[in-house]
Amino acid sequence: MLIKRPADIKSSEITDKKLYVNRREFIQAATGTAVAAAATGILGSEAILGASTPAPHGRKLEGVKKSTFSTDEKPNKWEDITTYNNYYEFGTDKDEPSQLARNFKTTPWTVTVDGECAKKGAMNLEDVLKGKTLEERIYRHRCVERWSMIIPWIGFPLSDFIKQCEPTSKAKYIEFTTLGDSKQMPGLRSPVLRWPYVEGLRLDEAMHPLTILVVGLYGEVLPNQDGAPLRLAVPWKYGFKHIKSIVKVRFVEKQPLNTWQDQAANEYGFYANVNPAVDHPRWSQATERRIGEFLMRKTLMFNGYGDQVASLYTGLDLRRNY
Amino acid sequence: MFITRVLKPVVFVASLGPVAWLIWAGLTGNLSANPLSDLTNETGVWTLRFLCAALAITPLRRLTGWNPLIKFRRMAGLFAFFYGTLHFLTYVIADRFAGLDFPNGIVAWTTVQNLARAVGEDIYKRPFITVGFTAWSTMVPLAATSTAGMIRRLGGKKWNQLHRLVYATACLGVLHYWWLVKADVRRPYTYGAVVATVLLLRLYRSRARVAAPALAR
Repeated sequence: MLIKRPADIKSSEITDKKLYVNRREFIQAATGTAVAAAATGILGSEAILGASTPAPHGRKLEGVKKSTFSTDEKPNKWEDITTYNNYYEFGTDKDEPSQLARNFKTTPWTVTVDGECAKKGAMNLEDVLKGKTLEERIYRHRCVERWSMIIPWIGFPLSDFIKQCEPTSKAKYIEFTTLGDSKQMPGLRSPVLRWPYVEGLRLDEAMHPLTILVVGLYGEVLPNQDGAPLRLAVPWKYGFKHIKSIVKVRFVEKQPLNTWQDQAANEYGFYANVNPAVDHPRWSQATERRIGEFLMRKTLMFNGYGDQVASLYTGLDLRRNY
Repeated sequence: MFITRVLKPVVFVASLGPVAWLIWAGLTGNLSANPLSDLTNETGVWTLRFLCAALAITPLRRLTGWNPLIKFRRMAGLFAFFYGTLHFLTYVIADRFAGLDFPNGIVAWTTVQNLARAVGEDIYKRPFITVGFTAWSTMVPLAATSTAGMIRRLGGKKWNQLHRLVYATACLGVLHYWWLVKADVRRPYTYGAVVATVLLLRLYRSRARVAAPALAR
């Protein structure tokens, strides 16, 4: 697929800075001494909307195979996928990762394997990728915040990597950790979440052929703001399960405590399966806004992957195990 | 003269800046990949900002001694109502209307009924929506009685009592924002701190006024 290269910075994006300054001047004129300081604090802390920049295009990935697991829905634009990101390590605004992850260093990259497995130790990313066949997987991606995209990931089955680690019979779950480098990740300087970010899967979920480790997007090396160089995609689960910039993989006996569950257990669970029948305590999950559309779509059970994954959960109360 | 002829119109036009910018940015594709959510968020945040500005005017007037500030209070309050109403409308359209089924097509009586039900159910079911809607509702009587004629008709004392409702608006507005965010509560806290400061300044002053006669004796 041919991708049009976006302009570096649109001139239109610069003008709103002027407006931003105007606003600030107005507030400062209209208010005065003590409270003005607080008001500027408010304005100063908020990012300017629209200042995001799509990721520059990266190296083309070779030998990528098509996959029958791909949806035939139309993928979202590169600009959307690389400017609208929840990646709190680079800021809690959706446009912040596109700006603050620009100089994030993804080479060299080491993944440490630990826990209930035979092949422990540190691996270079090159060794993780060795012998893997890259596939394009065009997946539906559903965020817990009620928006969704169609994303053409490039990756390989997580099961290929797991087999290589030779987990023991004690390994019931797999736990992933994101890099926690506050020098490179400005978001870590505020205790918004307990860092580093942790996610986990049941081993059978992890072994499922739909579960992939992602290294690319639109046929190219994964942009930093999307979790480069290595992230997870589990398309029947909410976006926050798709842990980014993985540095640690651990095989464990007990269910890991994932970061969002740790943050608010009544709102985010371990399973986080897309489920239109189970509401988030603060909003309904029955519908979603596909990025680029006005009318909302009906959210599908398991994000439309029920035929493949529903059997993983027979006998499990999905209302309790949200 | 300078204030009513020059400064007030300038502040008025500047206060329309945010909505003008949102419309312009929305039409030229300069919002994020999810422009509808930007419109909802930004109009909400501007409601809070104007509420803070309106509430800050009286304490600031006292602190600085610059009395003409009072001439901007009504405008700030009405802009809070203006942005609050836009916020409510974007929610109704982008969130409730866009999520409806249209069994008889979009232009149909069932659409009106379903929309009313979708809005009503959400307000009833989701505490943060309940709080947001209540906050907006408290501004309706204030906007309706904002004219000089209404002040006269109600009488200064009654009018003042009624307009203390804005304290509730601001508190509910901050609560609404605080409940909405997922984890990063820094901004709601900042607005909360501003509202708390201006309300405490008022409380301090009313206490001082009660205490004053005793001291004089």
